[in-house]
Amino acid sequence: MNVNGRPVRVDAGSSILDACRAGGVEIPTICHGPTMTPANACRVCVVEVEGSRALVPSCSRPAEEGMEINTDSDRVQMSRKVILELLGSATELDRSNASILTWLEKAGADTARFGPPEGPKTRHSPRPGHHDTVPIDNAASVHEPVKIEDDLYVRDYSRCILCYRCVDACGIEHQNTFAIAVAGRGFDARISTEFDVALPDSACVYCGNCITVCPTGALTGKVEFDMREEGSWDESAQEVTRTVCSYCGVGCNLDVHTQDGRIVKVDSPHDHDVTLGNLCIKGRFGWTYVQSGRND
Amino acid sequence: MDIRLLLDKPTEEEKVAVDALLGPPESAWRGGDYEPLDGRVAYGGHAAREQRHLLLPALHAVQDAVGSISKGALGYVSERLMIPPAEAYGVATFYALFRTDRSGGRVVHLCDDFVCSGRGAGEIASALDEAGVRWEPSPCLGQCDRAPAALVHQPGDGYVSVAPADGSALGADPASDQPPPVIHQARTELRLLRRVGVVEPTSLEDYTGSGGYDVLRSAIEMGPDEVIGHLESSRLRGRGGAAFPIGAKWRGLRQAAGGGKFVIANGDESEPGTFKDRVLMEGDPFALVEAMTVYAYATGAEKGFVYLRGEYPLAERRILAAIAQAKRAGLLGDNVAGAGFSFDLELRRGAGAYICGEETALFASIEGHRGEPRQKPPFPTERGVFGMPTGVNNIETLLAALAVLELGGEAFSAIGTQESTGPKLFCVSGDVERPGVYEVPLGTELDELLKLSGAIEPMAVLMGGAAGSFVDEDQFGMPLSFEGARAAGTTLGSGAVVVFSSATDFSPVLRRIARFFRDESCGQCVPCRIGTVRQEEALARLDARSPLGTEADERRRLDDLATAMTDSSICGLGQTAASAIQSAIRLGLPGAPS
Ligand SMILES: Cc1cc2nc3c(=O)[nH]c(=O)nc-3n(C[C@H](O)[C@H](O)[C@H](O)COP(=O)(O)O)c2cc1C
Ligand code: SF4
Ligand code: SF4
Ligand code: SF4
Repeated sequence: MNVNGRPVRVDAGSSILDACRAGGVEIPTICHGPTMTPANACRVCVVEVEGSRALVPSCSRPAEEGMEINTDSDRVQMSRKVILELLGSATELDRSNASILTWLEKAGADTARFGPPEGPKTRHSPRPGHHDTVPIDNAASVHEPVKIEDDLYVRDYSRCILCYRCVDACGIEHQNTFAIAVAGRGFDARISTEFDVALPDSACVYCGNCITVCPTGALTGKVEFDMREEGSWDESAQEVTRTVCSYCGVGCNLDVHTQDGRIVKVDSPHDHDVTLGNLCIKGRFGWTYVQSGRND
Repeated sequence: MDIRLLLDKPTEEEKVAVDALLGPPESAWRGGDYEPLDGRVAYGGHAAREQRHLLLPALHAVQDAVGSISKGALGYVSERLMIPPAEAYGVATFYALFRTDRSGGRVVHLCDDFVCSGRGAGEIASALDEAGVRWEPSPCLGQCDRAPAALVHQPGDGYVSVAPADGSALGADPASDQPPPVIHQARTELRLLRRVGVVEPTSLEDYTGSGGYDVLRSAIEMGPDEVIGHLESSRLRGRGGAAFPIGAKWRGLRQAAGGGKFVIANGDESEPGTFKDRVLMEGDPFALVEAMTVYAYATGAEKGFVYLRGEYPLAERRILAAIAQAKRAGLLGDNVAGAGFSFDLELRRGAGAYICGEETALFASIEGHRGEPRQKPPFPTERGVFGMPTGVNNIETLLAALAVLELGGEAFSAIGTQESTGPKLFCVSGDVERPGVYEVPLGTELDELLKLSGAIEPMAVLMGGAAGSFVDEDQFGMPLSFEGARAAGTTLGSGAVVVFSSATDFSPVLRRIARFFRDESCGQCVPCRIGTVRQEEALARLDARSPLGTEADERRRLDDLATAMTDSSICGLGQTAASAIQSAIRLGLPGAPS
């Protein structure tokens, strides 16, 4: 097949995205995670496929022999830019992963162009098919007060782009716990437990596997959240040590992130063929004892 | 998988409602009382999870009985069907007819869409307010021929459509069915509508007495290949909006490998201004059952669904009655009509979600998931409901298929134009003297339809509903055919033809359309989820004369949104969300952004 006029060869079953990357062409992705089936929701990865009326999501469309792909046409650039602008107009993106931040800049997205976002509003029960007012001076946003319900993690859904990654990680793809789902419809859709009850009342087992897939910083460990809020979180000053969890015989690989000699976060490498980035509550959060004697 | 429930328990009433649908719980693991033996067994696995498709019917059972879905009731449904409560909540909060945010009680759903709001919906709202009746605004209820329309839900008693509605009537309990629709054309001109209002829709005998089930009999004589051959030579194209050739679809499904195929009648009809499928389902339900049986016979499907819009209670009663009578007469079930094939047809009710008319969203809805569309390919005839090859057709398409087999494919193809064959139903409403469903050969001029229905000083016509586009006087001469509409830069879409007189201010009309898409977006993809909101906001700012920047900036913003939504949304909803508004701008209709 051809990508931007240059021939590319990939194995059958690869996606258009795989083909573009194989051809050295960069495509932005947000909802697509390396360990997960693409949710096909964010649409920033759209490309032009010759013969197709609408643009095509490269993450979830299989590559076919003879396809002519254009990743950089005016149409593609326009959609990509507007989609990023829309995301930025409703959602706080400043703690997103590096790829999102770079693409916002590369696409020249002006996230302020739809007006200043509305301030945080308390979440109410969904009323699918209805909304009351249309703001004139602001752009409707998803901003809501931060959910801090325990000492382990924080859910800041003002940053949520509804990429479905946490839902899939909690459910069908990884954890099979199904504590969270998308509730409500349209712009009022939110990640939610049943009736939006607090996480400790839900089925959540605190594995934190949702945190590790969240691309926007909507889900973070409490320690990281607190440090970010006080401005002391500094990834450039952090060291990552690969080790093995000592709690049980599964032997998950751990990446222990330390800053100024203190553990600030533990996760697992996403490319690890045992964990795929997943851990249980002990491996991910059971490390405070390491420094309790020394720092308290 | 463990199901962890909240501590809230269902009330007795809620339990009874769910058990009436699902039967009594088999063990304590499923919400029953604890028996000592339950301590030694666990039920689960595939058998339990395969009941997921009963989620929507179970939620309906609760909502119907008590008027809302409480924590306890949702927990009980989750436990009975082994669905994680967070997911059940996600499904319950997807549909407008389900309420999880308040207690139940009688409620009036009052249409405030662009047809009804021009025909007195506002006054009824004030009357209801004065009388202290609880009401909620609703998008188009598919009763535009008798606007203004309301749908009354009395928990325990069911739903009733009231149209035309007036403030006083809504206070009482309307018990009787609505009268049949007024058909304004001579019966001799009609084929699709010929039984509507003439043949008793609740009697199988009357149906067979008027030629019913002749088609099934001759289809069985012909055999599947010849049936599909007729459909191919008829060149009949789908009436659900996408104009896909029916012969190719049925052939594709017939050729799909393996068993377990499904056929689905799409009766979700929620496009504003569209009501033809309702008229057919209410007025000729046996024809739908017969057409589905022919569909199954020709394609080898053994199971079918009629997916019916949740706001169509009369059609529901009629179709359920027709299915029951057909079963008793051996025309459904095992060994249909003694011809050695079996076919089981089931009605599934939607619950207030326009998007569930999109075929892949419809699958998700039947399966008990949120009605979110998925990317195509794979197409339904390869991978449809429950992952099996599935044929989906619109109600009118299915009745037109019966007409093909009555007339023969060649004869059918002689009606209409070269590209657009056969008779077609149009739903004419708005500023006309005789609103209603009209049946004309494709290719008839729009002008003619406007004359038939008595259009009142028409300035613009909205073709195909909210997902379609406006045309003005310059195009009134266009032939109503797929190619004619295309040439005129519009679409036949769902067959809605909404007439707006020269007195119309289009600004509220466009804002209602923008609101519709914002409310009906499933929320899955960014361009549609947020784009529909920004589109509505831009129109609101322009209306309030407080543009962000200049009016030209707002125009550019609307154009960019339109491009992004059209180009990169997953499904037809986002792809058409800007279409009517952009057409109004192009035509410079009064009140449209300039
Ligand atoms: C947002 C949306 C809503 C739709 N609603 C309906 C509907 O209510 N009824 C219908 O028959 N088709 C509807 N469709 C089209 C269906 O996806 C499908 O194409 C159609 O049912 C196929 O039937 P046909 O080939 O007989 O037209 C809708 C499509 C979209 C994108
Ligand atoms: S919380 Fe994070 S992972 Fe979950 S949907 Fe939102 S952005 Fe995606
Ligand atoms: S993270 Fe959990 S599962 Fe993995 S080794 Fe540690 S204790 Fe075992
Ligand atoms: S276009 Fe709109 S309705 Fe369709 S999948 Fe995307 S968000 Fe859902």
